[in-house]
Amino acid sequence: MHLRAPALANPAAFLPAADPIAKLGAAVIVMAVAFASRDPVTPAILLAGEGVALAGTGLRPAAVGRLLLPLVVVATLLGTLNALLAGTSAVLPTDGTADRVAVGVALGLRVAAIALAGILALATTDPADLAAGLIGHLHMPARLAVGALATLRLVPVLAIEWQSIGMARRARGVDAGRNPLVAARLAFTAVVILLVSTIRRAARLAMAMDARGFDSGTPRTLARPPRMRRTDWLLLLATAVLGVVAVAVSVAVGSWAFIFG
Amino acid sequence: MLLLGASGSGKSTLLTHIAGLSDDRGGGESEGDLRVFGGAPMAARPRTAMLMQDPESQIVMSRAGDDVAFGLENRGLPTDEIWPAVRAALQTVGWPYSPGRPTDQLSGGEQQRLALAGVLALRPDLLLLDEPTANLDPDGADALRAALVRILETHPLTLVLVEHRVAEWLPLVTRVVVMAEGGAVLLDGSPEAVFVGHDELLDRHGIWTPDHSGRRPARPLIAPPVESVIVAEQLSARPPLADRPIFTRLDVTVRSAEALAVIGPNGSGKSTLARLLGGLLRPQSGEVTASEALAPGHAGSVIWRWPARELVTRIGSVFQDPEHQFLTGRVADELALGPIRAGLPETEARRRATELAERLRLDIVWEANPFTLSGGEKRRLSVATALATAPHAVILDEPTFGQDRRTWDEMLSLLAGLVDSGRAVVFATHDRALVDALADRTLTLRSPAEV
Repeated sequence: MHLRAPALANPAAFLPAADPIAKLGAAVIVMAVAFASRDPVTPAILLAGEGVALAGTGLRPAAVGRLLLPLVVVATLLGTLNALLAGTSAVLPTDGTADRVAVGVALGLRVAAIALAGILALATTDPADLAAGLIGHLHMPARLAVGALATLRLVPVLAIEWQSIGMARRARGVDAGRNPLVAARLAFTAVVILLVSTIRRAARLAMAMDARGFDSGTPRTLARPPRMRRTDWLLLLATAVLGVVAVAVSVAVGSWAFIFG
Repeated sequence: MLLLGASGSGKSTLLTHIAGLSDDRGGGESEGDLRVFGGAPMAARPRTAMLMQDPESQIVMSRAGDDVAFGLENRGLPTDEIWPAVRAALQTVGWPYSPGRPTDQLSGGEQQRLALAGVLALRPDLLLLDEPTANLDPDGADALRAALVRILETHPLTLVLVEHRVAEWLPLVTRVVVMAEGGAVLLDGSPEAVFVGHDELLDRHGIWTPDHSGRRPARPLIAPPVESVIVAEQLSARPPLADRPIFTRLDVTVRSAEALAVIGPNGSGKSTLARLLGGLLRPQSGEVTASEALAPGHAGSVIWRWPARELVTRIGSVFQDPEHQFLTGRVADELALGPIRAGLPETEARRRATELAERLRLDIVWEANPFTLSGGEKRRLSVATALATAPHAVILDEPTFGQDRRTWDEMLSLLAGLVDSGRAVVFATHDRALVDALADRTLTLRSPAEV
């Protein structure tokens, strides 16, 4: 099991430097428009806009490729499956092959547009900044946001511990060999051990946080208060324009179809 | 002030009570009166700070500066006062990096110094330290102590320290309190008053004294033959989650009737090497193979490919965290498991289990659940389970980690006994005293930065 955070090539690039909540808002706009449309034109235009935004991530092309590969595979698979099965669906009654292909393509594009919006927002955001944004802009309780943040830090530790448990068992003469039943039973007990040690670790972390006054009840301040700058408003505005243009073009070429239409 | 005591005397518990962090909701009982700065410990919390043993579970944020700022944010300090305070705290601990340094790229020693900066930023009057160097290599531990010395020179604060090993800490300490099992105070006074003339008493309670160093039992008159057991050639390895290899092209030979110590700073790959030599991990490149003495008729066979049940009859591995290795709900079953997996008849497996339990003082907890044992008992059990299959080579990761002196002494004589009976022993450790007492050969790994 290998977990690694996507390395940001340049933290000063446009998207990594943008306010996390502005990015989240922009992603929500794109997702909402893509979700509402059932035609291929709207998500295609959204995707084109997201393609431009990729340039603002500051990621190296290889890293972009790694991010996009699973997305392309899943979207293609979903689209193809839907094209094949579309005729049997009651929601989308179609007959001609061209219609089926159109349904498949539209769905593939929509899934890609929605997923890419989320990826763009999250892959360029430091979790600590996101937590500060959630507390600062959206007034989320610090207990929740900072707690989740601290927990996130323990995820790689968990991966290492999982490997260690597997090896420790081999050292006891226990391995599953080729028996999937034994493997399942071993995995279950390993999960229990992992759970126990995670709870202990979390308790220690909580104690360390409280020892530094996290539970004191004093109103917290923020070391990096999030600030919406002009570029952040611009990002939101540009995204809104993108959404409007996508729908307008789609309507103009006569392709627009509302999801509940 | 230095607080000493045997395992189970409640040193850490006392510390959490003083810090006002005890949680009575989780069951357990407490009675008596405890006053900190003349009031309830809870009320004194803004003036107390605590540094714990495990650096991994004390860092909250992903960047060093943010982490130091965390406590200040909780205090409600205005934003423009936070960063000067963060910089000052980092400077006090001799922080070598920028405040933007990602916390997951720090060594254990650096994380612990960062955690110290995090509590010092709050300007405490009372600093509680719970075995703060237990997870650190000697250099990291020295750096942490040096930071503490610097702080004591400029800030007049009270220090309460819980430690097993005392020699390195004596220069910082003006008063020593010794607790007995059960919590009673045995001795209380200056270091001279406590350590001079009380050897016998301290010895009986398994308490470390500054000049205690282990002595290996005498070697047998006729030494068993020293021959190659495991051969590692051109080994390269990358630990989980790391970007680059920790060691490359390493050649090691493990020999019978010999104790090989593996030392090196945190992150130099001691544990990874122990797992490679134990046949638990596939090397990135290079091979670890068995010699004729380890696997008669199979010299040169690659050990990570062996099925687990064959592996345990030849190599026993003991992990740093004993709990990772426990698989049953009873000490008795735990000891018999290996031999049964290796194909021994049930009665023979039980006989071996009984014999080992008596030798390692585990017969008194025979029916207990391994997870409920004390730290020392868990350690002895994990070693006993590795020995139950009578392996020819035994590989241990930090065998004396966090142990009181009695368990330490037992571990030393046990390992020496294995060597004297012709077994190959490999141990990865930070414990200089153990290396001095036991090692026939020492392999030093360098930190990846130096490679």
